[in-house]
This record gives sequence, C-alpha cells and structure tokens, in this order.
Amino acid sequence: MEDFLPVRGVRYVRARALDWVAEVGRVTLLLRDVARFLTPGLRSFDRVVQQMSAIGVGSLWLVLVVSLFTGAVAAVQAAYQFTSVVPMRYLGSVILRSVIIELGPVLTALVIGGRVGASIAAELGTMKVTEQIDALRAMAIHPVRYLVVPRVVAAVVMLPIITIFADAIAIFGGYVVAITSIGVTPHTYTQSLKDFFLLKDLWSGLIKAFFFGGIIGTMGCYYGFATEGGAEGVGIATTRAVVASCVLVLISDYVLAHVLFRFVFAE
Amino acid sequence: MIRIRGLKKRLGTQQVLDGVDLDIAAGETVVVMGRSGTGKSVLLKHIIGLMTPDAGSIEVEGQEIVGMPERELDAVRRRFGMLFQGAALFDSLTVGENVGVGLREHQRLDDAEVRLRVAQRLEWVGLAGVEAMKPASLSGGMRKRVGLARAIAMDPQYILYDEPTTGLDPIMADAIDQLIRSLQERLGVTSVVVTHDMTSAYKVADRMAMLHDGKVVFTGTPDETRTTTNPMVRQFVAGSSTGPIRPL
Repeated sequence: MEDFLPVRGVRYVRARALDWVAEVGRVTLLLRDVARFLTPGLRSFDRVVQQMSAIGVGSLWLVLVVSLFTGAVAAVQAAYQFTSVVPMRYLGSVILRSVIIELGPVLTALVIGGRVGASIAAELGTMKVTEQIDALRAMAIHPVRYLVVPRVVAAVVMLPIITIFADAIAIFGGYVVAITSIGVTPHTYTQSLKDFFLLKDLWSGLIKAFFFGGIIGTMGCYYGFATEGGAEGVGIATTRAVVASCVLVLISDYVLAHVLFRFVFAE
Repeated sequence: MIRIRGLKKRLGTQQVLDGVDLDIAAGETVVVMGRSGTGKSVLLKHIIGLMTPDAGSIEVEGQEIVGMPERELDAVRRRFGMLFQGAALFDSLTVGENVGVGLREHQRLDDAEVRLRVAQRLEWVGLAGVEAMKPASLSGGMRKRVGLARAIAMDPQYILYDEPTTGLDPIMADAIDQLIRSLQERLGVTSVVVTHDMTSAYKVADRMAMLHDGKVVFTGTPDETRTTTNPMVRQFVAGSSTGPIRPL
C-alpha cells in the first residue's frame, strides 16, 4: 500500500496544500505585525527614507530603460495591428491607455520585484543566518518594527511614484517611435493623448502599483525572515521572494483589474 | 538570580535539552561547558526568550519567562546583554551605530550622550576610536569586542556569552577572558558563559556546569571541577577521546 503511486500522489498533494495554507497563515501574521508596529516603525523616519532611496531612486535607471523600450514596442506593435484597420491618429491613445492601466504598473512591479524583492530577501536572510535578527530581539527591538515596516512602507510609497515616472517614459518612448518611424506627427500624437486621457485610468494604475509595492516588500521580508541554513538558504530565500512577488503581482493584477473596472470605476 | 527547571527542547528529531536544571546566583559567573552540539547555545537562547521550550520553567528574579507575552519579555530582555558566537554585528551599520543601537531605540538620550556612552564602552573593550568603521573590515577578535561593547551599552544586569573565545588566537582569547572578569567586577553583573574552551572556562568561572545529553551532569567550583571523580567531566576537561563520552 505504501508504494501505491496514487496514494503517494494524494499524500504529496495534501502535504503541499497544507504547506501552502501554513505559508499564507504566516504571511498574514507578518502583515498583522506590520499593522501593529506601523506607527512605532514610522517614528524612525530616517530608516524609511533610506529604504525609499534604495527602492525608488536606486531603481530609476532600470525602470527608465525598461519603460522606454516598453513604450517603443507598444508603438511598433500597435501600428502593425492598426495597419489598414484603425487610423494612426489613435496611436497615442492606445499607447497611453495600455501603458498607464497595465504596462506601466505591471512591468515596473515585475522589474522592481526582481531587483528589490531579491535584495530585501538576501539582506534579511543574511541577517537571519548570522544571528543579527536574534541580536535585535535580544536587545528588545522588534525586527518587524525595525526592519520590515520601513521596507514595506517604502515599497508601498515608492511603487506608485516610480510607476508615474515609468508611464511618462513609456509614453515618450512611444512618441519617439511614432514620429520617427511610423510617420505620425507630434501634434497628432499629443492630441490623441489629450483626447483619450481619463483620470480614472491613471488612478487604476496607481492603485495597482500601491498593492504591488505591498506585495514586493512583504514577500522580500517574509522569505528573508524564513531563511534557514547559511548561504544556500539565502539563495533559496531570494529566489522564492522573487518568484512569489512576480506571481502574486500578476494574480493580483487580474483581481484588481476585475474589482477596479467592474465595480470601482464602472460607468 | 536565574532558575531553570526541567527545560526540554526538541529540534527536528533531536532532543537537544532533556530536562536541564540550573541555578545562576546574582553576581556570579557560571560557565556552561559541554561538547559542540550539546545545546549550550540553545540553552542561552532560552534564557533570553529567543526560543520557547517544549517543557520546563525559567525564572528571572522570580519572574517566569516561559510563555510570557513578547511585550513583557522585552522588559526582561532589557536587563540582559548578549554576546553572540559570531558577534552578530549589524553589517549595514557602523561600529558606533552598532554599539549605540539599543541606546537610541530605548533611551531618550540626545546624540552627544549616546556618542559619549558608545565611546566609553568601546574604550572598555580596548577599541577606542573605531566608531566609523564597518563591521566587515574588523578582525574576528575586534568583532567579538564590539559585540561585547554593544552587549554592555545598556548597563545590563545579566550578560550571556555564547562561545566568547572560540576562533580567537590564545592572546586575544585571554584578553576577552580578562574583559569578562573585569566587567563582572566593574558592573557586578551576573554572567552565563557557554564555552568548550577549558582554559577560558577556568579563568572566568565562579562555578562550572557541564551539559551532556541534554542534561546538566555536573556543577561545581573550578577547584571541584579539577578534582571531581565524575568520569564525564574528567574526560572532557582532559580532552580525551576515550571514556564514557563517545567522540563520534
């Protein structure tokens, strides 16, 4: 009976499912602690600013390059699909809306999830395996207050800000391509941007970015704290943090799109 | 006064602590010796509430800390200083910030007072003027001494030392032993020193306890340790691979 394959399969699935539920539970407890230590954690504002700089300012070049090319590709692709179907004067509006609703926040979150999620997990993971987290607790300093709150808050604040930057760069990237290789005039492009801009589109993108920031910060900290066993453990924690950030960003993107456009911003 | 009774802790499949009984009187230095992996560090982490036992009791000045809520535990922890095995310095902070972190977090001192206190503690451990250095650029012995300066920054009543001399050259090890003794004399602290370095153990101990197979199998003064007939202690002190303790 022991080696009967389906039994082993069921047992494996059940064990993994339980692990997963336990993981969700632990993340929830971490979030509860973040809420509990939010005010005392914010009191040392220096640490929050330091993290904002690491997460936000440190990611600008990466986001700049990614956004520029995202906008450029969006222009090329849209122009290709428009050919003899849709007039090119709508090009600007399509780039605008796809960027501010979807591409800007999601690609920014994926890039920052990789960069920042990994660095948070690696830093906290190293602190865990070298007993620095224990040292904090031994000094009656709660690690969530000292380490997690500044990182999560910084991520939540910075993601929308970087997303605005990314949106602008991507629209500019589209503009450059539209004018230089598709033959749209600058006036047509900007007019199209103005005609189709909706504030709620921008809001929806920024609300998403806010949640994505929370996911990235929380996953980095959670997997960092969960690190066990030396350099290998730090590597595993880093990978997990990035994978979890990216997967959750995409899943929550769907959920948020649903909520925002079917309910919150529904006509 | 720390009173430990029937402390049990299982980690994975191994029963690391299996009913530890130990008393640590106020003002004394107790050395807990034992082989690597016998749960000496685990015992220390229980005393400061970093680990929760499966069973047993730990009283600090009559206050039971097992099962105590985190907030109250933090009040107990502020009376403790701990020197970790690898020093556990925060490597994102400078030496000065490391030593001052507790002061900045817990006490309403202005910047100048913190600086003064940090400088004084670093001087006590023989490292005056290294405030601006980063932990990564320090040698092993310096790291331990900075860790010690951090542990004593808040004027603790209790200091826990996890392998304070492991990995140090004999001269540096002796310097650390001298520091442990002088801190006890200067601050009147109660100390628990976990080590398997017998030279160091004899230098700092008022009393010695031997941990083996998850239990305290012997306690006595250094003189009693030298003259005991307990075969396990004799084997350990002599550093012999033959005797009741199997080497592998």
